[in-house]
Parts: sequence; structure tokens; C-alpha cells
Amino acid sequence: MSDKFDQKQYQNTIKTYQPKPNYLANCIKAFIVGGLICVIGEALTDFYMKVFDFSEKEAGNPTVTTLILIAALMTGFGVYDKLGQFAGAGSAVPVTGFANSITSAALEHKSEGLVLGVATNLFKLAGSVIVFGVVAAYILGMLRYALQHMF
Amino acid sequence: MAKIGKQTWLYNQQIYVNSTGTAVGPLEAQGPLSNTFDKKYDELHCNQDNWELAERQLMKDSIDACMQRAGKDKSGIDVILAGDLLNQNVTSNYVAKELGLPFLCMFGACSSSMETLATGAALIEGGFAAQALAVVSSHNATAERQFRYPTEYGGQKPKTATFTVTGSGAALISKEKSSIRIEAATIGRVMDYGATDPFDMGSAMAPAAYDTIKTHFSDLGRMPGDYDLIATGDLSGVGTPILRDMLKEDGYDVDEIHNDCGLMIYHSDQPVFSGGSGCGCSAVVTYGKLLSDLEDGIYKRIMVVATGALMSPTMVQQKETIPTIAHAVVFVREEEE
Repeated sequence: MSDKFDQKQYQNTIKTYQPKPNYLANCIKAFIVGGLICVIGEALTDFYMKVFDFSEKEAGNPTVTTLILIAALMTGFGVYDKLGQFAGAGSAVPVTGFANSITSAALEHKSEGLVLGVATNLFKLAGSVIVFGVVAAYILGMLRYALQHMF
Repeated sequence: MAKIGKQTWLYNQQIYVNSTGTAVGPLEAQGPLSNTFDKKYDELHCNQDNWELAERQLMKDSIDACMQRAGKDKSGIDVILAGDLLNQNVTSNYVAKELGLPFLCMFGACSSSMETLATGAALIEGGFAAQALAVVSSHNATAERQFRYPTEYGGQKPKTATFTVTGSGAALISKEKSSIRIEAATIGRVMDYGATDPFDMGSAMAPAAYDTIKTHFSDLGRMPGDYDLIATGDLSGVGTPILRDMLKEDGYDVDEIHNDCGLMIYHSDQPVFSGGSGCGCSAVVTYGKLLSDLEDGIYKRIMVVATGALMSPTMVQQKETIPTIAHAVVFVREEEE
């Protein structure tokens, strides 16, 4: 047996056997789907501003809530995971992806009961986002405070 | 002695597969082997309340189908050897609880299908059982939940990923004559070629299949030409060419006779990435399609090499590599009197 499949060489050799991800196509798909989600968000903001006379700032919260509701429903109907496979980061990065990670965990652990199942596992995937979000916000907040007082 | 060479068991006594039973989920039922399965569900829940119960239902169905075909009562089984992919092998344990029969639980990840069968045959050979039942199961949703993410999570998987087969296969074996004889088994060694990607099990398991097949040939002094078919369990589209090339380096050309259960069970346009995996994969393909083809005379001698990635999410997160194993069982056709 040649060195090609030697234990040490193996991980290099098999790279030629693994199908390559199509980065360009993935980027385009992510751009289109992610962009579409943002377009829907814009439309929702306009809707809340026009119909309910909210200011642009006030319309923000109901817009996000509506997107979360739609994503949660799509997760429950078994559509969001298919969208995720197609769009990748396009459907993972927006708030809808966050909603999907929470809803899917809740659905998955429903059989283990409401407290130890759903409640305990709800942030199984989203927990890290929250942890790093809070930490980053804290650091930036401190920096901003320090800079404001220095200059 | 029944042990030949380094790792091979050549059964001296005549041990036969008397009956088989299979049960599968919706995607498998839409696949090319649909008409070879006994029980098919058009929905992943299999009429149960949760995924674990669904998998248990599949295992019960495959055992029922197997015993019904054999026309025998379950009480006559001396030992049940069962395995699945879940922690504590819950599917096997809970099904065995209901059966109330002597039970050996086995775990070899996706290699459990041939592990249970080879061990069952050895117990019969040794006179510890007259009738043994080997059964395994896997379920796409229970496996996703345990090894990956929640079922409905929208994460993107790479093309190298495999799709866990929802299904269960059972085989009843004894010395009672039938047209399918279990001739030999080669017990695998754990191989670790440094794979770390849980979304590429095919390339992680290819060295295990290679080692078992190569050892099998040298133990028995055989060549690929002695087999009409060598079927690996779940190397998928990535691991299959790697295995063939590895064997070629040693002078064994299996291209013409090798196939992979993970590639046979689905149509290429089904959404299963690089193919099927799980112990249900090799079990339902072997106990459904392959053994019935053997019975029909399409093959004379076949070898099924069930490949298993002994993967634990905790170990992977602790930056350890993924060990793998493969067990082989040889089936031959015998003319019935």
C-alpha cells in the first residue's frame, strides 16, 4: 500500500473525494433569502407606520415580533429547516433564525415535559448567542462610557 | 477451531437465516427498494407520540414481520441480540422488556446489524441457543436529536453529510435448514484515521471497512472474485470511492462487485445528501433486498460489511477524533431439499 492512504496522510488524501461546497452559489442564495427576509421586515415596518401611526422607532418592535411569529410557525409546520438547508446564513443570521433555533428546541424537547423539557432546553442552541451578545454589549458599553468621559 | 486467521469466524456447523423482517419510514418507502420492505409508514412518527416511541414501533414491527414469516412463536427464541443508536440503547432495551426473553444488548453504532448477527450465529454454533433473533433499528429524528440538532432546526448541512435511515431489520437464525446459510464472519478492529467531522462519516468509516475486508480476504485466502456482491453499510457517496481505491492499492479490485447500502436505499434525487446511514440502513437493505436476491439465485455468495462510526458528540466537542469499526458477515445460498 502506498503512502496515499497512510494513516498520517489520510485526512489530506480524502479531500479530493469530498464534494466541494459551492461558495458562490451559497452566497447568492443566502443574499437573496436573507435580503427577502429584510424586505418583508421593511414592508412590515411600513405597514405598522401607516396603519397604526407608529413612528419608525415604535414600529421596530412589532416588526420583529411578527417576523419571529412567522418563523416560529414555519418551524412548526416543518418548512424552516428546508429553507435553512437552501439558504444557509441567509435564514440563520436574521432574527427568524434565532426564532427557529428556539422553537425547534422547544418542539424537540416537548416530550420531556414543560419544565425540564421545553424550558430547560429552550436556549440550547440560542444560549450561546445570548451569552456572547450580552458580553459584547457589556464590553462595547464600557468602551463607549470610557471614551465619552475621556474626550 | 472455528477461528481462521486473525479475525475471522468460519462457522463449522450449518447455521441458516430462517426468516427476516423489515419496517421503514416514509423516505425509505419512497426509495428504490420500497417493495422489499414488510412494513412501511408514510409518516415519521409511525402513529406514535414521540420519536423514541416511533423507533420502538419500527423495531417491534420488524420482529413481528420476521416471526410471522417464519410462522413461529416468539416464545421459542432462545436469545435476542439487539442494538440501536440511542443512549443506553433504549429502543432495544424497551422492546426486549416487552418481549420478556433472554436478551443481549449490543452497541457497535451502525455496525450493530452484522455484530448482532455474527454473535447470534456464534451462540448457535456453540450450542448456547437453538434459535436466535438479531434485530437493530435507527430513526432519523431520534438520531438527529441525539447526535446533531433538533429536527426542525434550520442549520445548513454539507454535501458530505449522511441521512440516518428510519427503519428496523430483524433476522431469525437457527440450524434449521433454509436456502440462506451464514458461512463466516469477520470481526472488525476499531480504526481511527483522525476524522473529526461528524458531517462526513463516510470518509471516517472507509478505513474500518477496508481493514475488515482486507483481513477477511487474507484470513480465508479469498479474492473479491469469490463474492457476487460485497455490500458496505453506510459509506455513502464519499466513503465508497475511498474504500474502493484503498482496496485497489492492495491489489483487490472490488469495483464491479461492491455496492453500499446507503446508496442503494434512496434514489439519487432524494434529499439525503451523500446517502443513507444508521444501523437500520444496512439491516433493512440486507434483510430486505440482498437476502431475497440471494434466495432468488441472483447471487451465490455475498458479504455484508456493516460500518459504524463510534461517534459521541461529547468526545467530538472535546476535540477527539471519531473511531470507527466494521463487521462482516458472509451469506451463501444453498439449495433446499
